[in-house]
Order: sequence, then C-alpha cells, then structure tokens
Amino acid sequence: MAELLEVKNLSVSFETAQGEIQAVRDVSFSLKSGEVLAIIGESGCGKSVLCKSIMKLLCNKARIKSGSITVDGVDITRYRERDMQKLRGRLFSMVFQDPMTALNPTMTVGSQIAEAVRVHHPGMSRDAVYQRVIALMELVGIERPDERYGLYPYHFSGGMRQRSVMAIALASAPKILFADEPTTSLDVTIQAQILDLLRDIQRKLGTATILVSHDLGVVARIADRIAVMYAGKIVEIGTAEEIYYDPRHPYTWGLMMALPAYAKAGEPLYTIPGMPPNLLDPPKGDAFACRNAYALAIDYEEMPPMFKVSDTHYAATWLLDERAPKVTPPLRGGRNV
Amino acid sequence: MSETILDVQHLTHQFRLTKHTTIRAVDDVSFQLQRGEIFGLVGESGSGKSTVARCIMNLYRPAGGRIFYRGVNVCDPKQYRMHKNMLQTTRQMIFQDSTSSLNQRMTVADIIMEPMAINHIAPPGGSLRAEAERQLHDVGMDASYLNKYPPELSGGMRQRVAIARALSMEPDFIVADEPIASLDVSIQAQIINLFKHLQAEHGFTFLFIAHDLAVVKYLCDRVGVMCHGKLVEIAPAAELFAHPAHPYTKLLLSAVPIPDPRLERARVLQTFDPSDLQDTGEMREICRDHFARMPVEGVPH
Repeated sequence: MAELLEVKNLSVSFETAQGEIQAVRDVSFSLKSGEVLAIIGESGCGKSVLCKSIMKLLCNKARIKSGSITVDGVDITRYRERDMQKLRGRLFSMVFQDPMTALNPTMTVGSQIAEAVRVHHPGMSRDAVYQRVIALMELVGIERPDERYGLYPYHFSGGMRQRSVMAIALASAPKILFADEPTTSLDVTIQAQILDLLRDIQRKLGTATILVSHDLGVVARIADRIAVMYAGKIVEIGTAEEIYYDPRHPYTWGLMMALPAYAKAGEPLYTIPGMPPNLLDPPKGDAFACRNAYALAIDYEEMPPMFKVSDTHYAATWLLDERAPKVTPPLRGGRNV
Repeated sequence: MSETILDVQHLTHQFRLTKHTTIRAVDDVSFQLQRGEIFGLVGESGSGKSTVARCIMNLYRPAGGRIFYRGVNVCDPKQYRMHKNMLQTTRQMIFQDSTSSLNQRMTVADIIMEPMAINHIAPPGGSLRAEAERQLHDVGMDASYLNKYPPELSGGMRQRVAIARALSMEPDFIVADEPIASLDVSIQAQIINLFKHLQAEHGFTFLFIAHDLAVVKYLCDRVGVMCHGKLVEIAPAAELFAHPAHPYTKLLLSAVPIPDPRLERARVLQTFDPSDLQDTGEMREICRDHFARMPVEGVPH
C-alpha cells in the first residue's frame, strides 16, 4: 500500500527569550492509509508538537527547521496558511483531549456538527446537512440522534461529548485523524468504548489514525504500530506485537515496567530515575543516557542511529550495535502477572 | 481487631439542581476504616466518591447519616466546634488538580509552612523552614525547591508539594481524591511508591479515591466500589479482584486495559444496566470481610 503520510527528518523548534527549544528532533516515520499509529511518550516529549506541526497548527514562534512532510505524494512542508486551509479537513482532522473545551458551550451539539459539515460542503442544502449530521451522530454511536440534535454539550456526559467531537472531526471525511489523548479525561469504562469506536471508524471509513497517549496500557487495544518518543525523538518504532513482546529500547522497558500491571506484589513499582532533559540544551549523545541503567560509554558521546531489528521494527539504542555487550531485557513478552 | 478510626453510617447527600430537581449524589453509604489501613474507593465519575470524601472532610454538610472520626460525630456542629483543633490537624486532604489546590503566588516553603503556622505547631525540626525542608526531603525533593513557585514545577513535583503540605501536620488520616489522575504513567508510579513508603513510615490511615483499578489493586488493602451514589461492594483488594461478586464490579474490572495486544484485543467489556440497581438492597457478607449489595431476596443486583 502506498504511504499516505511520510515525515522525513523533521525538526521543529520554538524561539523563546531563553533560546531555542528543540521540541521535535529529526523525526521520521510513515503512515499507510487505514493504519492506526500510536505515539507514546511522557508529557513534554514533543508528541503533541509533532502532530500539530504536521497539521501546521503551531504558533508563530515555532519553526520547522528541517525535514519534509509529504501527504499523498505532495510535499506540504512549505505550504502557507492559505494552502493548508484547503487541506485541513479534507486530509486531516483532530480530536482533542478535553471534549468540554473543544465544544462550544453555547451552541447545540447538532448545530456544531452541522457547522463542520457546511464548512466542508458549502453548496449543501439545509435538509442534506441535517441528514448528514444525523448520519454522523449514528456513526459515532450517539443513540436517538434526532432527539439529541438540539441538546447542549452540558447535557452530555464526558463520553458522549467526546463522541460529538469525533463526529465533528469526521464531518469532512478526513484521510488522517489525529487523536491527542482522546481518552485521558474519561473513565475506564468509557475509555474502552471510545477506543473501540475509533477502531470501528477506522475499519468502516479506512481513515488512518494517529493516536497520541502517555499510557502504553491504553493503546494495546487498537494500535497497529507504535512509536515511542523521548526528548523530541522517536526512540523505537514497530508493530504493536513487536513493541509489547520484544521491546528493545531501555526507555520502552521503563515505560512498560512503570505500569501497575507489571508490578510484583509487595515490591515497589518500577520508576524511571531522573527527569527528562531540558530541550533548550539537549545533552550530547543519547538524551536518555543519564536515566538509563544500561547506558554505555558511547551513549554519552554520540547519538545512536536507528538500528534495524526487523523490517518494521527500529530502535535507537547502542545496545543493538554488534559491538555492544549482550543485555537481557528486564521483561520478556507480555505481562508477568 | 484493630481500632476503628472512621465510621461512616448511612451517609446520604444530595445536590439541588433546580427548584424541583435534586440529585442524590450519595445514598445510604456505610463503611468503616481501621487505623493504619489503605482503603480504596473506586467508581466512575458521578458515582459520588468525591462527595463521600468531601463529607468526611467537613467540606459538605451531609443531608443524612453520621460520620464518626475517632468517636467524634463530625457532622454535629456542636461536637465539631468542641474538637475543632483535633479534627483540623489530624485529618488532611490531597486534591486531584495540583494547579488549583496550590496557591500560585506562594513559594513552596510558604505552602508547606502555612498549615503549621495556622495551627501554631512547634516544628520538630526547629524553625518552620527547616521543618518544610525536611518534609520536602521526605517526598523526594531537595531544598533548592523551597523558593520556587508552583507554576515553575512539573505536575509530579506539584503533587509532591501537596503531599508534603498534608504530611507537615503529621496527620493520622489522609484523604486523597484522585491524586494521580492527571499525571504521566511514569510519574504515577513514583507517586504511588511515595504513598506506599510514607504510609509504611508514618502509619497514617489512607482513603484513596481513584478510577484506575490497576493502581488500586496494587496500593490498597481494602476496596469499596461505588455506583450511582451507592456502595455496591466492599472487600479486601486481593479478594475483590479475584472474586468480584457484583455485576458493576465485574464491569469495572473488565474495563481495565491490559498492556498486551493479543489479550487486550480479545477482552470483552461486561455490561451493566445501572437501572438494575434497586433502591431496596442491603450489604450481605459473601465470605469473610467481603460484602456485596444484594436485593433483600436473591442474587446481586
């Protein structure tokens, strides 16, 4: 299948009074149509900035320093706002973390979805718009849409609000859907429903999805591939099976072992020591070296390249170099509970 | 049997929405906490678990029922006034959102010193500032943070400051209302370890409110499950996770994500219709210390 989205060596920086913050550093990945890619990382690792820079939603302090973004074979790296407006919606849509702030509290849910439909289909008749809104609400699993068309966001529960936001995002039939922590503010029971809905939509419409999260536990349900980000770089990327059953980067090990599901009773939870580095002045070499129990001398000197584990699995750690000592990962395949 | 530190009896609380509609947030909830245990209260948002915590901490005046803390009925204004000092110094609360629970215009040192200054506590560390430094050290932060302001800190660090502030009073009883919900997974693990370590060291009784069952399973000794304002099941943590009795507990357990793609994709969500929850029900003991809400006759509902 052809690559729908291809990001090559993308670097994004913010200009601040203190200097330049390198939020995204040399990131490359690709996305096929109909695929779910999860981007995992701690807050501040640049995962949201990466999404926003692909959609060109960054503030004017941000600059794409180098690299290219190709969508459907067209290089959009140098596109201006006017060109992007034609692409957004048709190509990309976004679902944000907090559905209450994403919705307008003074408009009915139906009219907010209708607004999105009208923007993307200017000539549509009023009746057709209404039918389309009802169809969208059914698609995202809002039952009895005719009755709920005229309700306001405050009538809705958190899960229903997130469904409405997804209906708005899908109004333009986008090729790529960005979901930035769509379930973080929701209950566990609703979380599973929303994830199932994302997967259903992706199957029905063939929409490619980029799912951003900080929790490796959540994305196992729907992700086809997973990219782990740390300090602005992708440190490991592979299929879900490869990442969960055969992780290679020490940071991925750390993220997994921090989950309570991996804890052994009576022992403290594993935590990754130290703090993420300051991206104003990222350290020389591997940014994770100072928090890494398996760090080698070369980690402090030189940035590791992406080593190939398999055709789909890459990891940036010197442990995969053939000269490196053999290390047994602290966890092997699946949960140890 | 150890000493009962908190005894909640038939607690009921309702909120008035409009002139004609009231919503029953907490409906006839009873449970006891033993000294030194970690009790987890779980449920979806809107199940009334935060309201229970706020009633216990005298932030709401309950509409019905009684709450005894060390034998003092905290809902009775007269008894509350008589024991005000004891109630305010030995009970502490940690909130979910550290951005709003810490004053942005106070330094970390001032935040931790404030409760001691208000209650005229002679700090064991000599000066208030030295005591603040010691508390900060206990939660894993060094003295360089004393002069910082909350917005300069990360979410995990702010939550540590909130914990240090609660601990500065050397409380017997701490209520934490979703203290880790807004944190990253790796930071969550740090805070959970910190709770576990501090609880072992100080031996305080801990009411931990959460919706993340994986965390509750790991941290808590006993767990209560709330649904639509009612307590539906209460059991030791290991027992509850091994043999859930109430359908709602089963639903909650089936919703916990598993970090394993094959198992996770095969996981099926249980269903539970909340309208099945009848008003007439009673807690029955299924096996030792394990109670579930049953209709007066028959199976769990």
